[in-house]
Amino acid sequence: MEACRRLILQLCILLSLLSLSLGKSESYTINGRVKIPGAAAKGFGLPVKVSNAKVILNGGQQVTFLKPDGYFSFHNVPAGTHLIEVAAVGYFFSPVRVDVSARNPGKVQAALTENRRGLSELVLEPLREEQYYEIREPFNVMSLVKSPMGLMVGFMLIVMFLMPKLVENMDPEEIKRAQEEMRSQGVPSIANLLPGAARNN
Amino acid sequence: MAILRVLTSLLLLFSSFNFSHSLYEDQVGLMDWHQQYIGKVKQAVFQTQKAGRKRVIVSTDENVVASLDLRRGEIFWRKVLGAKDSVDEIALALGKYVITLSSEGSVLRAWNLPDGLMVWESFLTGSESSKPLLLVPETLKVDKDSVILVYGCGSLHAISSIDGEVLWSKDLATEGILVQQLIYNDENDFVYAVGFDGVSKFHLYQINAKNGELLKHNSAAYPGGFSGEMLLVTKDRLVTLDSSRSTVVAIEISEEKIVFEPTQVSDLQDVSGTAVLLPAKLAGIFAVKVNTVILFVKVTNFGKLELVDKLDHTVAVSDALSFSEGQQAFALVQHEGSKIDLTIKLNNDWSSNLLKESINMDQDRGVVQKMFINNYIRTDRSYGFRALLVMEDHSLLLVQQGEIVWSREDSLASVIDVTTSELPVEKDGVSVAKVEHSLFDWLQGHLLKLKGTLMLATPDEVVAIQKMRLQSSEKSKMTRDHNGFRKLLIVLTRAGKVFALHTGDGRIIWSQLLHTLRKTGSCESPSGLKLLQWQVPHHHAMDENPSVLVTGRCGVTSDSPGVLSIVDAYSGKEVNSFSSIHSIVQVIPLPYTDSKERRLHLLIDDVKRAHLYPQTSEAVEIFKSEFTNIYWYSVEENNGILRGHAVKSNCILDVADEYCFETRDLWSVVFPSESEKIITTVTRKLNEVVHTQAKVIADEDVMFKYISKNILFVATVSPKATGEIGSVTPEESSLVVYLIDTITGRILHRMTHHGSQGPVHAVLSENWVVYHYFNLRAHRYEMSVIEIYDQSRADNKDVLKLVFGKHNLTSPISSYSRPDVVTKSQSYFFTHSVKTIAVTSTAKGITSRQLLVGTIGDQVLALDKRFLDPRRSLNPTAAEKEEGIIPLTDSLPILPQSYVTHALKVENLRGIEVIPAKLESTTLIFAYGVDLFFTRLAPSRTYDSLTEDFSYALLLITIVALVVAIFVTWILSERKELQEKWR
Repeated sequence: MEACRRLILQLCILLSLLSLSLGKSESYTINGRVKIPGAAAKGFGLPVKVSNAKVILNGGQQVTFLKPDGYFSFHNVPAGTHLIEVAAVGYFFSPVRVDVSARNPGKVQAALTENRRGLSELVLEPLREEQYYEIREPFNVMSLVKSPMGLMVGFMLIVMFLMPKLVENMDPEEIKRAQEEMRSQGVPSIANLLPGAARNN
Repeated sequence: MAILRVLTSLLLLFSSFNFSHSLYEDQVGLMDWHQQYIGKVKQAVFQTQKAGRKRVIVSTDENVVASLDLRRGEIFWRKVLGAKDSVDEIALALGKYVITLSSEGSVLRAWNLPDGLMVWESFLTGSESSKPLLLVPETLKVDKDSVILVYGCGSLHAISSIDGEVLWSKDLATEGILVQQLIYNDENDFVYAVGFDGVSKFHLYQINAKNGELLKHNSAAYPGGFSGEMLLVTKDRLVTLDSSRSTVVAIEISEEKIVFEPTQVSDLQDVSGTAVLLPAKLAGIFAVKVNTVILFVKVTNFGKLELVDKLDHTVAVSDALSFSEGQQAFALVQHEGSKIDLTIKLNNDWSSNLLKESINMDQDRGVVQKMFINNYIRTDRSYGFRALLVMEDHSLLLVQQGEIVWSREDSLASVIDVTTSELPVEKDGVSVAKVEHSLFDWLQGHLLKLKGTLMLATPDEVVAIQKMRLQSSEKSKMTRDHNGFRKLLIVLTRAGKVFALHTGDGRIIWSQLLHTLRKTGSCESPSGLKLLQWQVPHHHAMDENPSVLVTGRCGVTSDSPGVLSIVDAYSGKEVNSFSSIHSIVQVIPLPYTDSKERRLHLLIDDVKRAHLYPQTSEAVEIFKSEFTNIYWYSVEENNGILRGHAVKSNCILDVADEYCFETRDLWSVVFPSESEKIITTVTRKLNEVVHTQAKVIADEDVMFKYISKNILFVATVSPKATGEIGSVTPEESSLVVYLIDTITGRILHRMTHHGSQGPVHAVLSENWVVYHYFNLRAHRYEMSVIEIYDQSRADNKDVLKLVFGKHNLTSPISSYSRPDVVTKSQSYFFTHSVKTIAVTSTAKGITSRQLLVGTIGDQVLALDKRFLDPRRSLNPTAAEKEEGIIPLTDSLPILPQSYVTHALKVENLRGIEVIPAKLESTTLIFAYGVDLFFTRLAPSRTYDSLTEDFSYALLLITIVALVVAIFVTWILSERKELQEKWR
């Protein structure tokens, strides 16, 4: 769990709206970055899983890809409040709300929509890694015992080995009385139920 | 009621084990399959120069850029661009980058050739849209940096191929001149940009390729005007057509002057008609299509045109390829019956062939539409050629040495509609002995599986187990199975080809290029519309094969003539077809079948006449007896009107047509156009089965679902909010949803979401509708549920009334009786954008339902309907908890294990088709986009059958152990009894 958490932290993605340059006729550019602190020491490069990622503006209006250093950009974006989503198999990213202001170009507000956390430091991390498969539990005795068949066998063992012990600990006179009672009621024993046993009697 | 309650609680017990459809990693491929496609190839570039893996880079109509293995046709890598980001041009640069120009010349990207990672991206700005052009001159260097020349958005840009930096830009569109060709002169690093302004003037720019300096601007007018297309024939000669398309104009360009040399097409060859220049780039030669012939014309050194050959119009021509010192070759493909003839010719020598091969070709692929050639050096040092063919059915073939090396069925990337067909019943005569193993093999297999589940197996054994499970011949048999898992998926694609895929392993059983959907003289741009089940034999007509109906139209507009094809679902043969009939606006399958189990269909044309199919007198009789029960509705999205219709009488036409009926309008709902615009309408699936109308809720109470086949969900938004997210403020936008009865036009429910906008994706099932929209205030996506209940039946709970017959349970449900309905609604946040929503459906409708949400990441998420239950509350009571109500949360959970597509993606996901299996617990799911994905899902787990990994061996061992134990205890008890007796 701890290791998993550390990994997520290492994969934290730095989305920086670096510049919001003014284009022609009220269209702007959003520049962002996906940065992996762990990989930065070794040079540029994203994990293979992330390298296949897509960055999507407003539910498909524009789709772009990540550069090797993690940068991406959207051009010709009008002023307003936009939504950026990162689709990467294996990671769960929160969509990001980005406000592109017409009045003061360059001022950018971004916030994760999942937990309403403002990105004042412009750091976005995948909220979690996604594990699509169930993990097979390694073989252990307890799982076998816990299965219905295991329980059946266990119950039988109890009957076989514990019941005689209980009987032994009982007062011999009580046993005798109980046996007599049973005989009088005619409770069939296991032996009587089995084929051939009746003949032996 | 008590029984119902027990049943539901039992079901809940089954389903409450786990919310998610979970899969172990080794179960991948066991019940699912995934196929990757790329779509119809637009452009191809070969990369075979260097040693190592030979590949071909292609761009397609589905906005895919892919690198294919030239040996086997497999995909090395593939990038699916956005829906509005269509690829215009591709090229290779520096021998290691793939350059793509997309979005009408405004986005230039470089991809790493070996692995497809994006290296750089450059956004090109300009003043207006224009024909995008891409030129990668190999010799042009600026500061040792190779330069890519791009003409896009009306400007010429020079871009560094190393990092995508724009070195210089030159706006050429200021005077309304649209550039048609870029010509690079490598002797003095000039770029010629040639184009037209309006129709009559020809312009030539001479630009310094190093710095973008405009050196010269020449222009000349041609009195006949220009048609707009232009071809570069030699380095200084262009060819174009005049505005009447009857004269070929050769243009000689030089630094000093522009010379026009017109030649009448009729002078070249005695043909009349409008001429079209073929875009094939053949050095020194060009091809003109006139009517049904293609003329190949050579341009001589003195600008004279000379006809070299005349071929049929089905011929396909490749671009010229320079393969050795100064030699250029191109390829021609002609159809000869079931064969195609591939000819490679040298550019300067038409009379002899460099290569002539005849290749057997499946008729079903249609004609060759595009061809790309590449050369290689044979072992004897001579030149060999391979050709990549794009066929009419969108398939891609590689041809080399007279054989088809590989082929890809890439029309499956553009599925339009899906339906299913049952497989034939297993006959007594059909032997299945080959499939069954001996008992020993069977036991051995299961022992191996047991080892696997106990994690005792060695790696080799694990591999053997996996192989055994995946190759289970059981799942790909061609007969119907007991559980109804094996079916045929009938798929209609944009190419007009119909495929049948086996649900077991996804293989193609048959495919048929429908002749009604092929381009012909009378049908210029045919397109498929819908695929419907035409004949599903089960009772009377067991000997008949099932068949499907394909509808299409010959054009883009809804008034263009329609086409129909009826295709046999077992053989793929076209049983019957109608071409160029009335237009088809709506297709309504009626709930009636004739004696041959053919379903009656009403086709509505653009003048609101209804046409009945099949056209038999029997069908008319059935139809007339049900005349008063047939209603339908239409949606006029542009006008914001819903209309209800019914049949009136036979058509009054000049030619009597007893299958044609006039219709009348029954009702209409007009939405105020200034405040509401229809964006989505959804209705219930016709074949959906609902198990019970009653819903038992906590404290022994019952609610009755309002179940009607005629509910329509309509979503409207403010006209301002029809654009993208970010274009409106929350105050300006509101979303209104309606539930409307389509028989009477009565509005059952209306609800407004202020500050919300589309796109709306919705699904309607049973008595509920779930829809997905964007909440502008919270700036998050939301999903809402509306459940609708019938209050008029609420009194039936009283047992005394039931006993004395004072109930209305047996009274017929009619849309005309005034419904007394109550609705419950709730909204939740949902993280992702959604592409499509579907709902699971099972054979009897008992199993609880799951929503299948196609997310923006091209995955399919299974979301339990219980998360979208308007009765969820923050603190459910104990009784409600027992009923299975989940405490309310503000957003819907996304569990990674509940992705139906697990770690796979269905690129460009467009639709999800749900098919109930015969086994009640299970539904079959087929998701399609550029990829295809099929799996089966058990929303409440497989409570009615043993799972795949049920261990028979463990069961056997337990039984054996129990028997042994019985005998042991018997002997022990015998002995004990004996001792007792001796005592």
